[in-house]
Amino acid sequence: MDLNYSQDESAFRDEVRGWLKVNLPQDLRDKIANYDELGREDLLRWHKILAKKGWVAPAWPKEFGGTDWNVVQRYIFEEECGFAGTPPLIPFGLSMCGPVLLRFGTPEQKKRFLPDIYNGEVFWCQGYSEPGSGSDLASLKTKAERVRDEKSGDHYIVNGQKTWTTLGHFADWIFCLVRTDSSLSKRQEGISFLLIDMKTPGISVRPLILMDGGHEVNEVFFDEVKVPAENLVFEEGKGWTVAKYLLGHERMNTGRIGGSKRELAKLKVFAGQQKGDDGKPLIEDARFRDKLTRVEVELMALEITNLRFLDQMRRSGQPPGADVSMLKIKGTEIQQALTELAMQAAGPMAQPFKPVADEADFDQFTAGLAPRYCNFRKTSIYAGSNEIQRNIISKMTLGL
Amino acid sequence: MNFDYNEEQQLLADSVRRFLAKDYGFEARKKIVASKQGWSPSVWATLTEMGLTGLPFSPDYGGFGGGAVDLMGVMEAAGEAMLVEPYLATVGLGAQFVARAGSDAQKKAILPAVVEGKLKMAFAQTEKGARYNLSNVAAQAKKAGGGWEITGEKFVVLGAPAADTFVVSAKTDKGLSLFLVKKESVKVKAYVTLDEQRAGDVSFSKAQGELLGVEGGALPVIEEVMDFATALICAEAVGAMKFACDTTLEYLKTRKQFGVTIGTFQALQHRMVDMYVSYEQAKSMACLAASKFDAPADAKDRARSISAAKIKIADNCRHISQEAIQLHGGMGMTDEMKVSHTFRRLTMIAQQFGDAEHHLARFAALS
Repeated sequence: MDLNYSQDESAFRDEVRGWLKVNLPQDLRDKIANYDELGREDLLRWHKILAKKGWVAPAWPKEFGGTDWNVVQRYIFEEECGFAGTPPLIPFGLSMCGPVLLRFGTPEQKKRFLPDIYNGEVFWCQGYSEPGSGSDLASLKTKAERVRDEKSGDHYIVNGQKTWTTLGHFADWIFCLVRTDSSLSKRQEGISFLLIDMKTPGISVRPLILMDGGHEVNEVFFDEVKVPAENLVFEEGKGWTVAKYLLGHERMNTGRIGGSKRELAKLKVFAGQQKGDDGKPLIEDARFRDKLTRVEVELMALEITNLRFLDQMRRSGQPPGADVSMLKIKGTEIQQALTELAMQAAGPMAQPFKPVADEADFDQFTAGLAPRYCNFRKTSIYAGSNEIQRNIISKMTLGL
Repeated sequence: MNFDYNEEQQLLADSVRRFLAKDYGFEARKKIVASKQGWSPSVWATLTEMGLTGLPFSPDYGGFGGGAVDLMGVMEAAGEAMLVEPYLATVGLGAQFVARAGSDAQKKAILPAVVEGKLKMAFAQTEKGARYNLSNVAAQAKKAGGGWEITGEKFVVLGAPAADTFVVSAKTDKGLSLFLVKKESVKVKAYVTLDEQRAGDVSFSKAQGELLGVEGGALPVIEEVMDFATALICAEAVGAMKFACDTTLEYLKTRKQFGVTIGTFQALQHRMVDMYVSYEQAKSMACLAASKFDAPADAKDRARSISAAKIKIADNCRHISQEAIQLHGGMGMTDEMKVSHTFRRLTMIAQQFGDAEHHLARFAALS
């Protein structure tokens, strides 16, 4: 048993760390450190820097730009990015649509879409959830009707609504699950996977403002939207197969350990600057410190658990099983606990939210802690709520 | 990076597990616990034959030179079966002081006998009111003739009734020191602990002692050995947790209520999942404790890792044991179910060698 990285792995980590130190632009670094909202250009800028380096899509096949890293290297890379505080790589193109096209796409689709995904030329979003269809994905209702006419050829007419569309307001394209056949009794049948240009007439995007005041998610409406039949991925009616593949195509950093390590380190500094009721640094207050330590210990345990799973995957060559759900549950609990403690550390100063007029000396960082706490409540809900994750472990691992 | 046991470690763990499954079932253990001395000489003889009493000692004294990681699989198996023989007291505590601080003569006199299973030991440290503070010792040692006389009272000395030789901490003019004291010179008030092991309060009244290690320099050695023993009980806890999880899962799959197995209820499924997650997190921390004990960056790294592990293990001992009983319903409360005994062991491990609060403070002090 050896919990340390091998010499090769340590060298790889140092290489990634060193490269990030030089190549992560200072202004992006500052935005992340201050919890500023990132715009489309911020996200794509970082995407393009990584694409140029050849590190933007490690898991893709080598011929399409992948890096041939093993699972441990992929994990190290993602954790180092999290620890350094890079902008996130938006997963919809790189980790979702891309892998789907690599697996199910026609040669024409691969040629048409993959280079733009890789190079960050096209911003993708995901059209899965619908109003009334949250964790129960197969209940989706958005309809696509196949029409052939002389004038515009073979195409689908899409009607319906998607929701929780993350960064839909930045997106050029959306991949959607739509119902192409409503006559079948099994709900998972008759669903198809369509690629849709967001500029197509009949599509409208409406922001869903979250309780922190931020704009991340949207509702997307489809009204008689015409989609060329060549944008169908895999067979008509087999969209569920594609969807399942996509959901199983997990990233290595489900636990977001690098990011949480970084937040923990920041929180320690912040809690050292805040004062307790006795005037001493808050970090020395036993009641606060013990809460913080328990989170730190939970994070240590999660990191080792994650490494144990990676070690297993590397040996067996098998994809991660249901245990990935454990990383999601614990990882999000830790992220939430850290945002909660940061807000608590600010004490009464967590109350200011935003200035009424422009105030030069408004403490935006401290004012951002409570909204961040609000925002992070999403983590135990999205990407399969933590209750769904428990269902998965219960069924797949425990056999209940 | 590698989280597997090596072949030797795996073989040993498997053979210990096989032996315990065959000869140390719940009924057999019950008889041992109810016996006069509360542990089984024949089981002890088998543990010795299997080389377990020699595992963490130098080959110079007949041992196998193993570390904490080498003992992990053994302790997990012991935790699953809830072994009550004084293995931890002798191999994990008492003899460790001799191995780490003893003179050549002391090692030669004691370690081969421990390896051969002939000598049992105990560590007499805790005093009334000292709680988990290792330097809070009032017992006194005074020079007398060529040796030392020790006077004081020690409490909850694990394995005391079976011990042939005690390692006892006491203060001299130069500070905290360790002494070897033979059982003939002490008085033991024996009792059964909540987890059905044997322990006792030990009083020393001008007991004849032999200095072990440097006079006044005992604290770092005590901390090191306590860290070692803590790493061992972390692994033992993981074994006990495994039993608690396995048996509860089995119960959910067989116990019927309202015409269906209770494992079909989502309210119970999610609690079972949380137990399983707790177990995996605890296992990770037991790996950390053992491997950082064997190969720490420095003494601080060792202590910090052990405390982190014990915090998580203590919290998860409580979580898993409480849930195991709850999910078993009334049956879980009964003495006839093994799981209620596992509850008792996990409850004690949570508080043994420092509870979560003690280790939270220690971890913070080292941060």
